[in-house]
Parts: sequence; structure tokens; C-alpha cells
Amino acid sequence: MSVIVTSIIVLGVIGIVGAAVLYVVAKRFHVQEDPRIDQVEALLPGANCGGCGRSGCRDFASACVKADTLDGLSCPASGNAVMKQIGEIVGLAAAETKPKIAVIKCNGTCDLRPQVARFEGAPSCAVLASLGAGQTGCPNGCLGCGDCVAACPYDAIHMNYETGLPEVSEDKCVGCGACAKACPRAIIELRNKGPRGMRVYVACSNKEKGAMAMKECKVACIGCSKCAKECTHEAITIANNLSYIDYEKCKLCRKCVDVCPTHAIHAVNFPVKKAPAPAPATEKLEEKTV
Amino acid sequence: MKLHTFKIGGIHPAENKIAAGKPIENIPLPAEVVLPVAQHIGAPAKPVVRKGDKVKRGDCVAEAGGFVSAPIHTPISGTVMKIDSCRTPQGMPVEAIYIKSDEADREADAEAMANRNTPKRSEIELATLDGKTIVNIIKEAGIVGLGGATFPAHVKLSPPPGSKPEIVIINAAECEPCLSCDDMLMREQPKEIVKGVSLLMRAAGVNRGVIAIENNKPEAIAALTDAAAMVSGIEVMPMKVKYPQGGEKQLIEAVIGKEVPSGALPIATGAIVQNVATAYAVYRAVVLGEPLMDRVLTVHDGTTGRNLRVAFGTILATLVDNKEPEKIIIGGPMMGRTASTLQTPMIKGTSGILMDGRYAHRRETENCIRCGKCSDACPMGLEPFLLSTLSRLQEWDEAEANKIANCIECGSCSYACPASRPVLDFVRVGKAKVMGIMRARAAAAKK
Repeated sequence: MSVIVTSIIVLGVIGIVGAAVLYVVAKRFHVQEDPRIDQVEALLPGANCGGCGRSGCRDFASACVKADTLDGLSCPASGNAVMKQIGEIVGLAAAETKPKIAVIKCNGTCDLRPQVARFEGAPSCAVLASLGAGQTGCPNGCLGCGDCVAACPYDAIHMNYETGLPEVSEDKCVGCGACAKACPRAIIELRNKGPRGMRVYVACSNKEKGAMAMKECKVACIGCSKCAKECTHEAITIANNLSYIDYEKCKLCRKCVDVCPTHAIHAVNFPVKKAPAPAPATEKLEEKTV
Repeated sequence: MKLHTFKIGGIHPAENKIAAGKPIENIPLPAEVVLPVAQHIGAPAKPVVRKGDKVKRGDCVAEAGGFVSAPIHTPISGTVMKIDSCRTPQGMPVEAIYIKSDEADREADAEAMANRNTPKRSEIELATLDGKTIVNIIKEAGIVGLGGATFPAHVKLSPPPGSKPEIVIINAAECEPCLSCDDMLMREQPKEIVKGVSLLMRAAGVNRGVIAIENNKPEAIAALTDAAAMVSGIEVMPMKVKYPQGGEKQLIEAVIGKEVPSGALPIATGAIVQNVATAYAVYRAVVLGEPLMDRVLTVHDGTTGRNLRVAFGTILATLVDNKEPEKIIIGGPMMGRTASTLQTPMIKGTSGILMDGRYAHRRETENCIRCGKCSDACPMGLEPFLLSTLSRLQEWDEAEANKIANCIECGSCSYACPASRPVLDFVRVGKAKVMGIMRARAAAAKK
């Protein structure tokens, strides 16, 4: 009996003393935090995707509250409306940013890019990239193991097993850039989403000379610079046998799309004109799900 | 007698050295060579020839691109056709010099080949060479570590200030299964190798040299012991057969019993390690005045093996009668790298072509059962299962704290894994990433 009673008393006293110490410490060393951080954080998606360049949503929220100006601070996942609300909370004007989307700069589907080897190892692009050119002859193209899919916190990128290439879901992608960071070949680029999703880009990353590029992939950019000559807005540059369209300068005239001899330049989400443009990624997805 | 070996880890894979005992065949010079500028670790060499230039056998066609780099010499006379990209066996593009010979060139080369073993320096001249001159000759001859890592040989022979070399260790372990090119070189050229070793010792300024040979090569041990008997300071040390004995750090520990501290250079123990084929190349460079233009490699297709002396720039497919086997490994089965093509030139690091069907497929992967066999096998005392997982989860800080940068990529972990997990694949990716982070941090700290 006495053992039980003493135990209860001893434990009770320890508990009370501990509670008192914790109370004093909590009051004495209370950290005053700006309540606006919580308010801002509540507006953010909470995916901790890192698209803002911060380590997570709370870090971004505290950066917003501490900042003198909101220039350079923007949450790609929330968009301009939420940034405006954040601006109201912290009393600063939020800069308007154009929404971005991840674009796959490789179009070498299984039938267009001949396979030269078969990889049996761990299904990881990082591992395959460390071993060499991969399963096709193209040393710059998509490796097809889906590191980007695993990296996406928004479920916005998926492998299409018929083409062997990843596809970005137009409405889910927020442009955080997690996939671009995960890609060892750096073939994913964040580009302006464009008005009504219309955008023009070079769907190739092959830096080989024309003849070699054609051998490796039938839809490779061969660096012929026809597109650059055609462009009236000086948006196209050729470097390392590869064409690049500056999305800030591009006026979406689509002249380059028509002259590209290998159809490496893609125009997506445009209304159908005389010749059907290559089907945009989303339509393909819908076709499959129906 | 207790044989020397390293203390922790190690495995003993099936040796499979069926090319052992097959004499080295000299492959005739090809009519056309492709010489990639990146044949070694370090900065790629810079081409010094232009399209249309005439070159002679032994001419330097690309000079060293930095201190840790090596020049490249053409093994054939001819005309530079173009400087264009070629493919590594793994399919990655690399700049290369294409040289083609005509009838007159081939005649001149045939004569040069017939006289290639006449010494250019007399014994008296050799005796007066000092260490610095020898290191310079080695540097100019484009000699790199021929064990496979292709680290420029002159860099190791020029130790940083503050370190004092005490011993030259010649790596003749050839612990890699299937390969026997070093074995055959030792059996056929023991005197020349010993000469090369004494030149290396003089270059490093030491008077002790050890030739470490695994004792599955008794003929090589006998030949070298005979040859070394006349030279003072050189000892032939038979080693226990254990992979990766030929790893630089493992070999130093096995021979002198000192561990290379983590993050330090091997010279911290006073040892300079050079491959046995490198020692032979040093002999050729110093005594015969011939730059590094060919090497011995083993071609192994599972049932037959051959040892070939091949000039650099020879297309590998021509060595195997343009066969297209199920799987090609350049190097040995442990450290070698899978190739996707043989339409690629022979380079300084090509130690073997392995086309053994037994190595063609990976076993099916199962879950990790935490048995710890990878940790037991790791010769660096690491925990490969942990590093592999950390690398997959991209926990770079944690991976660095667990010394991922110490990994020597020997593959003992993947070999030992009963679940056939691709342990090393992920560790290798993580190591590259972590070392990149460490370098960036060091560069930032310097600023």
C-alpha cells in the first residue's frame, strides 16, 4: 500500500515541479513572432515545393513579412491573386508575374529515336545519366526513367509509356521547377505559359551537328538556323547546333514552326490553322483517359 | 608465409582469367586512328594540329591542357583529316583528332616499328639523369596511370610541398577478374619493368620500391623476382588474392600497413603508387625515347581470351572481328563500364574488352534485408546500404557526414548484396553530387 502511495506522491510532485518550470520558461523565453507570418502561410499551398526559391512555405511567408519590397518574391503555385492578398497583409505592392509552365525539350519518342542499348539497372535518370548516353544514341535527350515524375509535388507530370517521354498536365503544373531541378539532362525548362496557354518552343536539346543529330533522332534540332532567319522578332538564337526561342521576345507568330525541317519546333494550344499543329500534351492525355 | 593484404572488407569474385598465359599479340597499326583529347583524368588535352597537317609517328598532336593533364601522341604517320567529335564507348560525345595514313606513311611506320626496341639513351646517359629530368620525360611522353584510372603519372611524382615520398609501390595486383594484360606484360618484359621501376624510384627520390603482385600469378612473381634480384632496393611482394587489392589506398595499407587518412592524398603515407604497365611505359619513354602510343589489353568473350598490344586510336570493333555481343564491358567486370558501342577508339585507359555472356544481365532486385554484407565487404569501412538510401533520398548533408566521398566505387557492395540491389549505382550518383557540393564550398571559402 505504502509503496503505491509514495510512488503517486513522488511522481505527482515531480509532475507539478516540471509543470511549474515549463510554465516559467515558456513565459520568460517567449519568442514574439509576427502574427502575419501565420496569416500569409495560411494562404500558401503548403506543398513546400521550393518553387519560390525558399526552403518551404513558412520560410517564404516569413521572408514576405520581413521584406521591404515584394519584388522577386512570388509563389508560382499560388498565382497573382494570392500574391496580391499577401501584399495586402504585409502592406506592400506585389509584383505581377507571368505564370510559368514546365516544358519538355525533347520530342524523341520511341519510334523516332532508335534504341541502341537496353538498361536493366535501377530505374533512375540520375543513375542512367552517370553511366553514359542512355538507351538511345542521343546524349542530350530524355532518359525516360521518370525522375521528374517522382520530383513533382503537384502530380502534374507523368510518363507516357507509348512515347517514353514525360507529359506535363497543363492545369496541374504550377511552374515550381522541381522537375527541372531533378532532370540530370536539364531538358525541362520553365517557360511563360502564354496567353490561353499558347506557346512556341524548340522540343529538342540535342547539341550534336546536323548529320549526327539526325542519325540519333528523326525529330532533332539540326541547328540549320532556318527558324532564326524566319523570325522577325529576333527571338531565336542558335548555339551549339541547337535553336532556342526566347519566350519573352516571341510574338507567337509561328513562322518558325512551319519552316523547321525536322518539326522540332512545337506550337501548342493554338486554334487549328491550315495544317494541324502537333497535338498538345493535354489533348493526348484526355484521349487516353476517355 | 603470411601474405600481405588490406585489413577491412574485400571480396573474392571468380577470377576467370582465361587469357593468362596467352602471349601478347602485336596488332598491326591501323590505317586510320581516332584520338580523343580526353583520355585521362583532369583537363582535356588541347589539339596542336590542324586539318591537313602532316604528322609523324610519335608526334605530339595535343598538348596538356593544364597541370593535371597529359599530351597525346599519334601512333601512326599521316594527315590530320578533321578534328571532330567521336563517341566514348558509353555514347557520350568527345572531341577527337582523326588521322589517316597513306602508303608512304605506312612504310615509314613499318620501319619505325621494326626499330622501336633500340635504346635511344645509353647506359651512361641514363645513369646521369636526375629525378626532375625523368619526371619531365614522363610528362612529355603523355604517361598516365594505366591501371584504369588514367591519372597523369607526373602529377603523383611531383608531390606537394611538405610531403616526403619514402617508397614507390608498383601496383601489379591485377585484382580485377578476367583481365590478364598486366600478368602477361610482367611475364614477357620483367627486365624492362624493373628498369622502369628503378627510374620511377629515382624520379621520386626514394630508394625503396615494392612490386606488389597477387599470388595467383606465380609466373609473373618468379620472372620479376629474378629480374629484381640484380637491382638493390626493389622487392617483389606476393599478395593474398583479394579484391580490390589494386585500389591505391588498399595497396598502400597492404604493403606498408599505413592507412591513408580520409580526405588526404596517398602521399600523406609517403607512398607513391604506380601501375606496372605505367612502369613499363616509363621504361619505354626514358630508355627508348618513345611516348605512350599503345598498351596491352585483354579481350575476353567468355570462352576464349587474348592479350593484345594495340595502338591508341584503333577502333575497338576491329579487334573483335566486328562482333556485336549481348553486352560489352570496357575494363573488367568489377570496375569496367558497360559500353553501348564498339565503334569507338582505343584510349589510354582501355584495359579490356569483356563480352562474357555471364555478365550480360543483372539479377532481379529484391528488398534490402539489412544483412550488412555490403558493410562487411566495403574496403573503405563505409555503410553502402545507408549511403545508397541517402543518395536516393537526396540527403546530401547526411551522406557527406557518412563519408560518401571516401567511396572508391569498387563495387564490392553490389557484388556482396544477396538481394542484388544496385547499391553502388546510387552511391556513385551521390558521391558525384556531394563532391560537387564540397568543391563549390571550398571555392566559396577561398573567395
